[in-house]
Amino acid sequence: MSSEPLLRVENLTTQFFTETGTVRAVDGISFEIREGEIVGLVGESGAGKSVASMSLLRLVENPGEIVGGEITYKGETIVGFEEGPDGERRERDDMLSNEEIRTRIRGNEIAVIFQDPMESLNPVFTVGGQLREFIELNRGLSEGEAKTVAIDMLREVGIPDPEQRYEEYPHQFSGGMRQRVLIAMALACEPSLIIADEPTTALDVTVEGQIIDLVDELQAKYGTSFLWVTHDLGVVAEICDRVNVMYLGEIVEQAPVDELFYDTKHPYTDALLNSIPRPDRTVDELEAIEGVMPEAIDPPSGCRFHPRCPDARAVCKRVHPDAKRVADADGEPHRAACVKHDVFDVGYDESPPLEGAAGTDRAAAGDVDEPESIAPNPASDESGGEGHE
Amino acid sequence: MAVSESQYESGREPASEDEESVEARVGWRYTVARIKRDTTARWGLYIVTVVLFVAVYAVVDSNLSRLTFGVASDYTFAQLLPIFDHPTHIPPPGEGTQHMPPYFPLAEQSWNPLPAGGTIEHPLGTDHTGRDYFTRIVYGTQVSVFVGLVSTFIGLTGGTIIGAVAGYYGGRVDDILMRLVETVYAIPPLILIIVFTVFVGGANIWYAVLGVGIAFIPVFARIIRSRVLSIREMDYIEAARAAGVKDRNIIMRHVVPNSFAPVLVYATLQIGVTILIVAGLSFLGYGAQPPTPDWGQMLNISHGYMHSNVWLSIWPGIAIMITIMGFNLFGDGLQDALDPRIED
Repeated sequence: MSSEPLLRVENLTTQFFTETGTVRAVDGISFEIREGEIVGLVGESGAGKSVASMSLLRLVENPGEIVGGEITYKGETIVGFEEGPDGERRERDDMLSNEEIRTRIRGNEIAVIFQDPMESLNPVFTVGGQLREFIELNRGLSEGEAKTVAIDMLREVGIPDPEQRYEEYPHQFSGGMRQRVLIAMALACEPSLIIADEPTTALDVTVEGQIIDLVDELQAKYGTSFLWVTHDLGVVAEICDRVNVMYLGEIVEQAPVDELFYDTKHPYTDALLNSIPRPDRTVDELEAIEGVMPEAIDPPSGCRFHPRCPDARAVCKRVHPDAKRVADADGEPHRAACVKHDVFDVGYDESPPLEGAAGTDRAAAGDVDEPESIAPNPASDESGGEGHE
Repeated sequence: MAVSESQYESGREPASEDEESVEARVGWRYTVARIKRDTTARWGLYIVTVVLFVAVYAVVDSNLSRLTFGVASDYTFAQLLPIFDHPTHIPPPGEGTQHMPPYFPLAEQSWNPLPAGGTIEHPLGTDHTGRDYFTRIVYGTQVSVFVGLVSTFIGLTGGTIIGAVAGYYGGRVDDILMRLVETVYAIPPLILIIVFTVFVGGANIWYAVLGVGIAFIPVFARIIRSRVLSIREMDYIEAARAAGVKDRNIIMRHVVPNSFAPVLVYATLQIGVTILIVAGLSFLGYGAQPPTPDWGQMLNISHGYMHSNVWLSIWPGIAIMITIMGFNLFGDGLQDALDPRIED
């Protein structure tokens, strides 16, 4: 890759310490966002997408905590850990303070567009007032200047008659209009990165289309990078440059968007693609993914997808794969976390298929005992020693 | 998957009839309109307005306050009214020769039979020292309203801050604050206030007001907290945090305004309750001190003269009753008016 990316996330781990145990919501994910790029973060509900994106702003709420990994933004350390003299993990000195994060990063450098436009605006203040306050706060403008900017931004995101609508309350706006206001708010301080957390999920498809076109247009104009969090692969295909697919707190596949759709390397992504209607394929019936995603509090052994995976073999229960480069597309790495690829070399081809692999729940799959899994074996040692690329 | 043409929505979607009427059911102007339509609320509003007017009048009119504090029986109600031809100079208390000692033993009562009232000079008669009872009742309005408003304001402010902070931060902050608040809540208010006034320096209306305010912090804190717990999960709070807004500003600008409606209603009802409690305190001798005319304190004094003139006990009671009824009716009406789910 050419230069330092805008945002680099390495091995980010965010956990929730609950009374019933530790929920490993985000379990060592790595990705990067370059300037002017729209990067998708895709996964089922509960895969850890939102927690991952909120971790970027250090906005994980109690009892959640970022416990490991490194987030670097424009050369500054948002999250970083080191080993202290007593061997304890501690925060690195160059990590930005909470105050710096709040005043410099949030809003100014990294903005967020939330999922539900109906609830993202305060009902007791006018739309314009909220937008103006936000601009005043982050850009240090006077009230009059901020108002001018606010009205310009409203016009920019395609709100007709912005002077008049400036004075109106959120309940006088439709869902699509409110999402436009939120986009205006996110863009108002000209951040370098916008985290869009399922911004179109609450909208109907026509409005969704309009919003995506708007984002595309504005992205071209301002050159802002986006992290687009969604569960909709259709939206991903429409808008993203590169895609990360998450499953149970891990990134299982990472590739440029065309590569992901036309040369899928992970069975989970395959299953996702088979479960949605696609314009380039005609099928009689869509295939749903069997079962439900297990709890992140007690993830399955080995590959976390193996209880639901149609390609699962005995080895999948033992070996936990990290995402490895399995192919290249125009110089971009295509990473996948599936041992069926040759780079892993853990004996997938020789391993017997799991009995009734796909469709059985995790408990049942756990009952299928393999002689190898009892005795310590080289394969599992190897998996333990495996690091990230 | 997006539609090919980027056709923006038209500016103003015609909201459906239903939606509009629900949306229209919030807002200040609508609240006032609903109160006007509701008969009981309207009467509450009338009573509260009159009471407030009388209270303000008692502050502005210096003649009234002289009459109230003056002790001679010939300072009469009629002197207040310009239609009667009276010497306009009213000597302040302490001047002149005719006034009576501020206190005289019960045994001497027969010396000054308490006028029963019904005259233009003393519509409600005079008290045991010969002061016009009507003016004292009127002046008492000021004390009661002041007491009700100030102590409710103290409770409301303290409760809002504590409740909002506890609810917003949660966790240990919440635990500590709410356990403290519950400790106060566990003590019967009257006992708490009496102990408080004695502890801080004795019977004084200011201490009583402060004590009542503190005693009612827990109630407000609990109401606010329960609202904040749901408000803080709203996306706009998260959005404000993601935009780098300070916690203090989030609480003041986003959390409190959205949690305030139920507390406002409760505060209106609470004004009546505090008036009653302070009247009780004054009756017990821990509130307003003579010669300040307070209804509770007037009740306290007058009960020694019940055989001479039972009306001296009845008038302050009626005044308290009307005032509290006004605030309660108004509070109930406000509650209905602020709740968009209740149809007219």
